[in-house]
Amino acid sequence: MPRLSRVAVLLLVLPFAAGACKKKPVAVEPEPQMPVTPAAQPTTPADDGGAAAAAAAEAARRAIEMARSVLLQTIYFDYDSDELRSDSRAVLDDKLRVLNANPSLRVRIDGHTDERGTDQYNLALGRRRADQAKRYLIDRGIDASRIETTSYGRERPAAQGSNEDAWSQNRRGEFQIVAGGAELRAP
Amino acid sequence: MARAGARALVASALLVAGATAVEAQERPSGVSLTLEYSPGQRIALMVLPIRGAAGDSIKTILERDFDFSNRFQHVPAISAPEFGEPLNYALLARAGAAGVVQSQLLASGWLRVVLHDVTGKKVMQQNDFPLPTAVNTDGWRLGVHAIADQIEEWITGQKGIAATRIAFVREGRVWVVDSDGANPRAVTPRGLSPSWHPSGRYIVYHVLEDDRHRLAVTDLVTGAQRSLTNLAGALDNTAAISPDGRSVAFARSVEATAGQTDLFVMPFQGGPANRITVARGSINLSPTWSPDGRRLAFESDRSGRKEIYISDADGTNVTLLTADAFGEKNRRADPSWSPDGRAVAFSSEVGGRRQILTISLRDQSVRQVTSEGQNNTPTWAPDGRHIVFTSSRSGTDQLWVVDTESGRTRQLRVGAGARLSSWSGRLSAVP
Repeated sequence: MPRLSRVAVLLLVLPFAAGACKKKPVAVEPEPQMPVTPAAQPTTPADDGGAAAAAAAEAARRAIEMARSVLLQTIYFDYDSDELRSDSRAVLDDKLRVLNANPSLRVRIDGHTDERGTDQYNLALGRRRADQAKRYLIDRGIDASRIETTSYGRERPAAQGSNEDAWSQNRRGEFQIVAGGAELRAP
Repeated sequence: MARAGARALVASALLVAGATAVEAQERPSGVSLTLEYSPGQRIALMVLPIRGAAGDSIKTILERDFDFSNRFQHVPAISAPEFGEPLNYALLARAGAAGVVQSQLLASGWLRVVLHDVTGKKVMQQNDFPLPTAVNTDGWRLGVHAIADQIEEWITGQKGIAATRIAFVREGRVWVVDSDGANPRAVTPRGLSPSWHPSGRYIVYHVLEDDRHRLAVTDLVTGAQRSLTNLAGALDNTAAISPDGRSVAFARSVEATAGQTDLFVMPFQGGPANRITVARGSINLSPTWSPDGRRLAFESDRSGRKEIYISDADGTNVTLLTADAFGEKNRRADPSWSPDGRAVAFSSEVGGRRQILTISLRDQSVRQVTSEGQNNTPTWAPDGRHIVFTSSRSGTDQLWVVDTESGRTRQLRVGAGARLSSWSGRLSAVP
């Protein structure tokens, strides 16, 4: 499971980083409003300027979507533990770049647990997991006021079932965008 | 006089049990007795048929209440003598009855109850009990349960627990069910971790919202819900109301120190919450009051292991209660202080499974009262003898009641996924 997550992280981050390098200046602009003139739809591929602009806009859009998916990527925990695993730290490092590029962005971290243990303790444990992730980010320069934490304990499982596969998917921290999501910029 | 009569009946019950030892052995020795305890003496009790439209319902409720009390052995009625005619005690004794409950519905809807001591060949007690005129309503059923509890007190000297209710959580809402499993109904639009006010009128519970967890109170009479706490960024849960009904102890974590959870106490009517633990990064939760309201038991991982602690109600004088009773890392949780003050029930992992245990406050001796499935969240009935808890033993989470003296266990059939139960105090019947 940790190994799989790591691969997933790499797959997400690599194209994202490449896209960000190439098209950074474009990404700063809001979505360019293409003047659409219905009378003069180009029919030949000779119109290089329009195609390039469209490609740039598409790349910018994808970079922003990538930033959003990095921001919302879930992190996972071991049983009855609030320690950040190495795969979770890597995900948080990626989130750091997005948070740094978007000073007005505010997020909430929702801690979750598996169904084992007691329901009441699981709420406190979920909160502790969310707080660990928050500490990691504010220790690296993110203002504490930009991150809220809460916990759902075992109340909102991501996977159903009473087996390790389901449990490992349920011991997690989910990220929600509280403010600033509409004008998200890629790092 | 009632007490002396009670002793006489118990003594005669013992005699009957001795005289008919073979019969006693042939009787079913209880449903699902566990290995931990041997069953205690049960008094052979017969409930005679009751004339009138509601008679059968009353008889059924009384018999089930006596069965669930685990203090009586059911003896089927062998005859339906006219009320007021002398009973054939010799015949009843041969049927195995030590006591006989004979009742008559009065024109007012009240129930006249006569308790016969079969061996002593005499009437031991009698009384007229009020019942609401509307049969089979909540209040009427509660009234019948209260009659069962009074008969039980006549015989054993201790009031029963039939006129009580159990709150629990199912499908994200708080429900209430009668002690015999009848009449489950949802009482809040949503909520977790219910806990009773001693009056039986209110339940405090926990509401999970996206940016806060708050405590709320439902009024079972009016159906109104009010917020008890409402602090942005706070996670408030596991509330417990003090025995005098004036204070609420609960667990809270706040945004600035979200990794720790402290215990707080606040007025039940609302007001400032005072922190009574110094968590320093630890989790402290699930407070439970001693019957005199002067102390609290709670769970904490302050030592690195989850254990049960006791403190004064202001948080001072903390002592570890579950000191290495079963080795390391047993994740002890869910304390519930018995109403007689003698023990604390809690849950703990035993060999990888969570079980219900009790620990004596006198000598710290520990008894395990469950052995099947995963079990948690015990709370005591007002008799200090029965415990309701959640168990996975049937394949899904369900509520179960165990008699800690006999080990006899029954399921409260309120649907799959029921959990987080809380037993009320004794409820007074409303005529």
